[in-house]
Amino acid sequence: MPVSVRSGTKVWQRRDRNTQLAVWFGWLVATALVVLSWEVISERTMWMFVEDAHIQAADLLGRMVPPRWSYMDRLWQPLWDTLNIATLGTLIAIVLGVPLAFLAARNTTPSVLFVRPLALLVIVASRSINSLIWALLLVSIIGPGVLAGVIAIALRSVGFIGKLLYEALEEIDEGAVEAIESTGASRPQVIGYAMVPQVAPAFAGISVFRWDINIRESTVLGLVGAGGIGLQLEASISQLAWREASVIFLVILVTVLASEWLSARIRHAII
Amino acid sequence: MTTAAIDRARRWRPPPLIANPVLRWALLLGAVVYLALAVSGIPVNWERVSEGLERGGRFLAGFLYPDFSSRFGEIFEGFVESLVMTVVATVLGLLVSIPVALGAARNLAPLPVYYFCRGLIALSRTFQEIIVAILFVAMFGFGPFAGVLTLVFGTVGFLSKLLAEDIEDIDRSQVEAIRATGGSWFQLLNYGVQPQVMPRLIGLSLYRLDINFRESAVIGIVGAGGIGATLNTAFDRYEYDVAAAILLVIIVIVMIAEYSSSAIRRWVQ
Repeated sequence: MPVSVRSGTKVWQRRDRNTQLAVWFGWLVATALVVLSWEVISERTMWMFVEDAHIQAADLLGRMVPPRWSYMDRLWQPLWDTLNIATLGTLIAIVLGVPLAFLAARNTTPSVLFVRPLALLVIVASRSINSLIWALLLVSIIGPGVLAGVIAIALRSVGFIGKLLYEALEEIDEGAVEAIESTGASRPQVIGYAMVPQVAPAFAGISVFRWDINIRESTVLGLVGAGGIGLQLEASISQLAWREASVIFLVILVTVLASEWLSARIRHAII
Repeated sequence: MTTAAIDRARRWRPPPLIANPVLRWALLLGAVVYLALAVSGIPVNWERVSEGLERGGRFLAGFLYPDFSSRFGEIFEGFVESLVMTVVATVLGLLVSIPVALGAARNLAPLPVYYFCRGLIALSRTFQEIIVAILFVAMFGFGPFAGVLTLVFGTVGFLSKLLAEDIEDIDRSQVEAIRATGGSWFQLLNYGVQPQVMPRLIGLSLYRLDINFRESAVIGIVGAGGIGATLNTAFDRYEYDVAAAILLVIIVIVMIAEYSSSAIRRWVQ
């Protein structure tokens, strides 16, 4: 720690002069960046609408309460669709994601130089695009409906499952691999008896976790036409039927809480 | 018995995952029945799908020849908006999250404050960002302001929860030491708590910056500003080469953000 002498006494400082200046400069740049960004947003905002937001909010709330409970009868089918989108999407993602993870993990990939970067690229591309955007794309390609939702969820989840699983694979205990190898086992046997048992709990946890996230995401996929309860939400909102929308919000809330509870229970039981 | 039969009987098999055979078969049967019901319940218009395959091909071709130039202005504006929304929302979210996290840490806050802050976090975490965006657009009008508020709302739930958990895990003895010197509550936070959680706070903020950018690309679909609106328009016009260009830029930005944030996190921790 730097020490400076001020009027005869030693004074301890946390940083020396140059570091301190650099830190201040960093703060200056960061603050300027935020202020500039705010300027851009402020320019593009109709402040008139923001000022009466509290009136709008009160109005909205007034129109949402009381919820029209009878609408519930027409929500069971979309709810079942939502559940199917999440579950089937997760299953397809598992089928595609597991081989992908084995291709991407450094210790199982057939070729570190050629196959691994390709697998990593697929994982990154799948992960960086939100499932809602995948759904937008698929609705435009294969038309609106549950199928587009299932594929959208699957495409987004492949990267998630692939990434977490290949990281788990790379962190396994090499001792077990060596032990199986020393018995003269073939490569598939080594993977089957030394690697798979080590990552199986992680794999189960990842799958259930992703299923939970997918339930959340599939509730809104309908907003872009990809089936499920979001379709009903979109219809209610565009008709300004806020009393129906509030029923849907509550149904989504309950579904999300239930899936979270269930997945927590399952993960608890597995791990 | 022949030796072969004995060998087969004595051969080791991995134990089944579920020990109870009744439960095992029941679960399997249930899964098969569910799958059959679920798959048969999906209406598929094969005509529409086969028609779509040609369009899918065009989209894939769009990835090979992305069109950055013909709508360059709109794409550029959309990305600038997404990026400024990300920056502002992360900073504002961070400013709101810190007090909420302090309130949600059981070892610092009194019980009523704790419950209030935990309730706030739970509220923010249960609702999808896109639903929050719909409500905020209805209240504040179209544009990036509603988007920023949405992202702030999401950021608070995420950062406060993880930060509060980190604060609950700190080493008590340092707090005790500051308290023993007669430090006030704020000095206790500043010297006893803050240095312990700082690396994690920086890591989480960077991670959230990354998430906020991805989300900002989505909430534009419902009118809350950002690149999502441009993307939506591109799909609506079946301009797959433009859409491919936008998606490529998103992927590249996310990759850059992910690599630099993980590098910074490694350096900080």
